[in-house]
Amino acid sequence: MIAQALEDEGVEFIFGYPGGAVLHIYDALFKRSKIPHILVRHEQAATHAADGYARATGKPGVVLVTSGPGATNAVTGIATAYMDSIPMVVLSGQVASHLIGEDAFQETDMVGISRPIVKHSFLVKRAVDIPEVIRKAFYIASTGRPGPVVIDLPKDITNPYEKFEYNYPRKVKLRSYTPATRGHSGQIRKAVNLLLAAQRPVIYSGGGVVLGDASDLLTRLARELNFPVTSTLMGLGAFPGTDPQFLGMLGMHGFVEANFAMHHADVVLAVGARFDDRVINTASKFCPGAKIIHIDIDPASISKTIPADVPIVGPVDSVLTDMLELLQEAQAEGQQTDKAALAGWWEQINEWREKWGLWTKPRYDINSPLIKPQEVIEALWRVTDGNAFVTSDVGQHQMFAAQYYRFNMPRRWINSGGLGTMGFGFPAAMGAKLAFPEADVACVTGEGSIQMNIQELSTCTQYNIPVKIINLHNGYLGMVKQWQDMQYEGRYSQSTYEHSLPDFVRLVEAYGHVGIRVDKKSDLEGAMKEAFALKDRLVFLDIHVDPHEHVYPMQVAPNGAMRDMWISKSERI
Amino acid sequence: MRRIISLLLENEPGALSRVVGLFSQRGYNIDTLNVAATEDPTLSRLTLTTLGDDQKIEQITKHLNKLLDVVKLVDLTEGPHIERELMLVKVRATGAQRAEIKRCTDIFRGQIIDVGPTVYTIQITGTSDKLDAFLQSVGEAAILEVVRSGVSGIARGEKVLSL
Repeated sequence: MIAQALEDEGVEFIFGYPGGAVLHIYDALFKRSKIPHILVRHEQAATHAADGYARATGKPGVVLVTSGPGATNAVTGIATAYMDSIPMVVLSGQVASHLIGEDAFQETDMVGISRPIVKHSFLVKRAVDIPEVIRKAFYIASTGRPGPVVIDLPKDITNPYEKFEYNYPRKVKLRSYTPATRGHSGQIRKAVNLLLAAQRPVIYSGGGVVLGDASDLLTRLARELNFPVTSTLMGLGAFPGTDPQFLGMLGMHGFVEANFAMHHADVVLAVGARFDDRVINTASKFCPGAKIIHIDIDPASISKTIPADVPIVGPVDSVLTDMLELLQEAQAEGQQTDKAALAGWWEQINEWREKWGLWTKPRYDINSPLIKPQEVIEALWRVTDGNAFVTSDVGQHQMFAAQYYRFNMPRRWINSGGLGTMGFGFPAAMGAKLAFPEADVACVTGEGSIQMNIQELSTCTQYNIPVKIINLHNGYLGMVKQWQDMQYEGRYSQSTYEHSLPDFVRLVEAYGHVGIRVDKKSDLEGAMKEAFALKDRLVFLDIHVDPHEHVYPMQVAPNGAMRDMWISKSERI
Repeated sequence: MRRIISLLLENEPGALSRVVGLFSQRGYNIDTLNVAATEDPTLSRLTLTTLGDDQKIEQITKHLNKLLDVVKLVDLTEGPHIERELMLVKVRATGAQRAEIKRCTDIFRGQIIDVGPTVYTIQITGTSDKLDAFLQSVGEAAILEVVRSGVSGIARGEKVLSL
């Protein structure tokens, strides 16, 4: 029944790991399912792989794990998906109904443990309910503000000896769940008037634009208005990274021109962004002179940290469509943007960009004999023509990738922004590669993160998943070290590996993959090309980079405003 | 400011824990809470009181509304409403005290619902303030046990919270 329901949902892959409580389900998959199952080496990787698949395709990722440790191992991946609003359905086995609550073998209260990190959860009580629950779970996971849904399945209700007529419901009715379908037209009109009157506007685009498939609409609106666009870490790619209207990422490690523009703006149009603490720095000093228009599908995101002057609750695609329409009407009636003011604003922004922008000229030492991590990302960008799916783990490498890989398409940049989960990147790359086998998929990582899910090298051998792993090897937990340099006078408390790292080349070779060590600058581009030329092989590039490089810009915290930044180890602006 | 938030909740296992969990997860506090099934057995009515400024209350109601188990929600304190709380108090009642406590109970329109040689058990209903006032007038020394139901509330007039 479960296997059939998953087929009826159009599921393409199941990421999972068998165990006692789910053996009936696994037997059904063996006997009758057409859906490929990817056997991971750790349940956390199953959730991240399903998550990577979901981010790359927009469809819900599906995970199947057993009870107890299987379920608890999946928790980090569920929390990761929850924080970034990723659609996912997690089927977890549970001990038989009559054993629940008796501390049975491999029993854990999965519905309870996952409660704060799921959009919703179900404990299925009767076998006959399975199809409806699965239908509901997919519906809830993928509509409104997406998120993970857990279905806990006691072993007895999956027993194949119990036969029921299978009815897959076409529609689901949930009396307490009605996500907004349109924005309020009066509010949208107000927003359009504000936008047309703006002197120093900024569009602040977030992950919601990617999730809501509204990139084209956002791009049209921005071009129509000739407004500068900045993006959150989660929204990169929604607006083309190489477009001159794009200011780069904003926030803690955002571009100077983006953070300055936000600080000095008079109108901020936030689209599918949630004013995260890593974006706004100090809330009381955020955008002091700006009127804020906030479009979000989740009413709870609006005015949570920063009060919105014009709140608009609705799906970004429909709101932006309405907005474009109203804008055209207003323009037809003779209302225009203030062209002179905008020209002045652009002049100012370009001045900032010329002085501090990361793309106008290198802001790191290009003459250093050591490989700089920024150069690695630039080489990756060149070799993949800026078209790869790039996943990342968490740390300095993540920020370098976000700053230097100029994403021109949505869903190409896949990282754990909200939860900041180390170990995310590699399994997520597997999910993306399975979804798009022809595309280049690279995981940008570091020695810390990669070792948190390195066991998946074995999964890639079994299913031949030829992702490229770009390891920015600096011998430290780089971001921790950076903070220790800046705030703890260089006391590297537990952030160094002291020569304990494996020889990654030999390690990946042991799994049957290709490993290439790069420690000379002159070898970088060639090695990168070689890695991507080996289409059918997993290649691990172990790139030894300058261990003392820091990520800049970096906002001054605590108590800094958007514009307060370190731009190098010694310069603060 | 103190608010009384009343919800219609799916009468299903786990629903209550999602509501309560939301409060601890997001650092909101619950002062009182009560919940019971309604005339429609698929729905429970849950009433809670909480403290917070307007922004916090707005967040609380938005997050409660997001829960799939919450079918309807009303902040009773936004309009005219009636609130009641039930309290059972066991007090030491000996000698002259017995008459004094009886008088005090009458003044607060309470009832003595159980009598022992040295104790009275008193039932009082009213607003939370009234119950506080009763406890104060009986005096801490006499009080042996206090059981309060938490606030229940309903809007005045035609307004109803139903599907």
